[in-house]
Amino acid sequence: MSLLTLAHGSAFYGATQALFDVSLDIEQGEVLALMGRNGMGKSTTVKSICRMLPLASGELRFNGRDIRTLASHKVARLGVGLVPEGRRCFRTLSVRENLQATARPGDWSQNSVTDLFPRLGERLGQSAASLSGGEQQMLAIARALMTNPQLLILDEATEGLAPLVRQEIWAVVARLKQRTGLAIIVVDKSLKELSNIADRAVVLERGTSVWAGAMNDLDEQIVGRYLGV
Amino acid sequence: MKRAWVANVALICMLPVVAIWASMADEPFIITLATKVAILALAGVGLNMALGQGGLVSLGHAAFFGIGGYAMGILASHAQSYTPLLEWPMLIEGSNSMPVIWLLALVSSGLAALVIGALSLRTNGVYFIMITLAFGQMFYYFSISWPAYGGEDGLAIYMRNGFPGLNTLVPLHFFGLAFAVLLVALALATLIGRSPFGLALNAARQSSERVETAGIRPYRLQLTVFVLSGMVTGLAGALFADLNRFVSPSMFSWQTSGEIMVFVILGGVARLCGPLAGAALFILLEQLLGGISDYWHIFLGALLLLIILFARGGVMGLIAGPGERAHV
Repeated sequence: MSLLTLAHGSAFYGATQALFDVSLDIEQGEVLALMGRNGMGKSTTVKSICRMLPLASGELRFNGRDIRTLASHKVARLGVGLVPEGRRCFRTLSVRENLQATARPGDWSQNSVTDLFPRLGERLGQSAASLSGGEQQMLAIARALMTNPQLLILDEATEGLAPLVRQEIWAVVARLKQRTGLAIIVVDKSLKELSNIADRAVVLERGTSVWAGAMNDLDEQIVGRYLGV
Repeated sequence: MKRAWVANVALICMLPVVAIWASMADEPFIITLATKVAILALAGVGLNMALGQGGLVSLGHAAFFGIGGYAMGILASHAQSYTPLLEWPMLIEGSNSMPVIWLLALVSSGLAALVIGALSLRTNGVYFIMITLAFGQMFYYFSISWPAYGGEDGLAIYMRNGFPGLNTLVPLHFFGLAFAVLLVALALATLIGRSPFGLALNAARQSSERVETAGIRPYRLQLTVFVLSGMVTGLAGALFADLNRFVSPSMFSWQTSGEIMVFVILGGVARLCGPLAGAALFILLEQLLGGISDYWHIFLGALLLLIILFARGGVMGLIAGPGERAHV
């Protein structure tokens, strides 16, 4: 049984339909790349999974449970952790407070996330607003891990970061994959890095999933047609 | 952080120093003013919990202040007239005991805050402000039309209520009591600010959506802090009524809500001692400028404008610097 299943999902922003027919599923311990050009519905799909945007139709299951009508905080409590687009930290809180504010009991603790991100460990007392962009992104990932999720969703986690910091983030995702049984959905445009990390990919085009398969099967034709690379 | 800590301690110590000096110099009026500062600061600490920590701009906190005041007035008036408050289904007598009055003030203002918060927290922004204001005005007009407890004229209480071990008629004793309650409220605000609950509340103030995707329902956090805030403001109302030995519908008025908010903004929103600094400055201006002109509020307005434009952290922001965050 899949950890998460979204089947034939459609969603609207007001009167405007943003998702038409999106399907994806992910197993425990798997990394799934959610790909597509800008404005194709990747972040909207993430919002629908996290119940920040209601699904108009389709099926949404987590661990076999129908979560289509659950409130966003209840979905998070079931084990869906989100690292939102744009390095969203709580700016007036310190790094330590950011980690504690939304922490839930489980394997991930302040010590284990600072082992993963030693730079955060050095800045525990520092205000989140004073961190660099890369450090804020690390904090956003650490904060999501502190909720002890079964599924981690990284929405454009490397966007706008310096190449070295991007590499650091990708290395952390690879480590999470190797060392934990965490399922990870990565929304990103970095085909090369995703090819190294992701097991499978789903490609979106105008709010519809047009291709799904193993990452190795993503050929040049698909890439050229849907990803504009 | 150290600067903020020193500023807070200095400000807190200043109030009893003034009261003790006034007692030695036989200036009971100044002790009364210091007591008034402590009580109004307590009301401000209550509002600051909702406003500073929760980001809830309530213009209806006079409702809780008035409920606390009337809790005192109703219990004390029945005690002084030797008539029971309730005869059926059980006999409930009035009371002159401050702990009993405070308990009723806390419970009744807490219950009112629960109902008002449960309804108004379903909205936000300007709608939240208007709904809280509307609730405050509802209580105001209800108190005016309640002749059993004085209606528009209010209720005079002839004797100050008692507290075990103290002579509350001695101004310094009553000041000590009000100041001790203020210290407890400041400690509570600090504890809340540092607790996981307070951190999550602070996070929800910045983005309720992000907190929700972390598995926390902001509504519950905000309702909890709104109730605590209402209870602290209610307790201030009971003490204020005891200080004046008088309760009137004006305690419920929107002007009272505005004044409590002015203390917080003058002193510094989300600053631990902001309400204390604001209340002290307000009373100081009232005494200094009130003697010169009846229209001293014009100067207060100008000062408020300057603080909003040039010192967003209020007086405490100027003293402690921009680094101090809420209740740390």
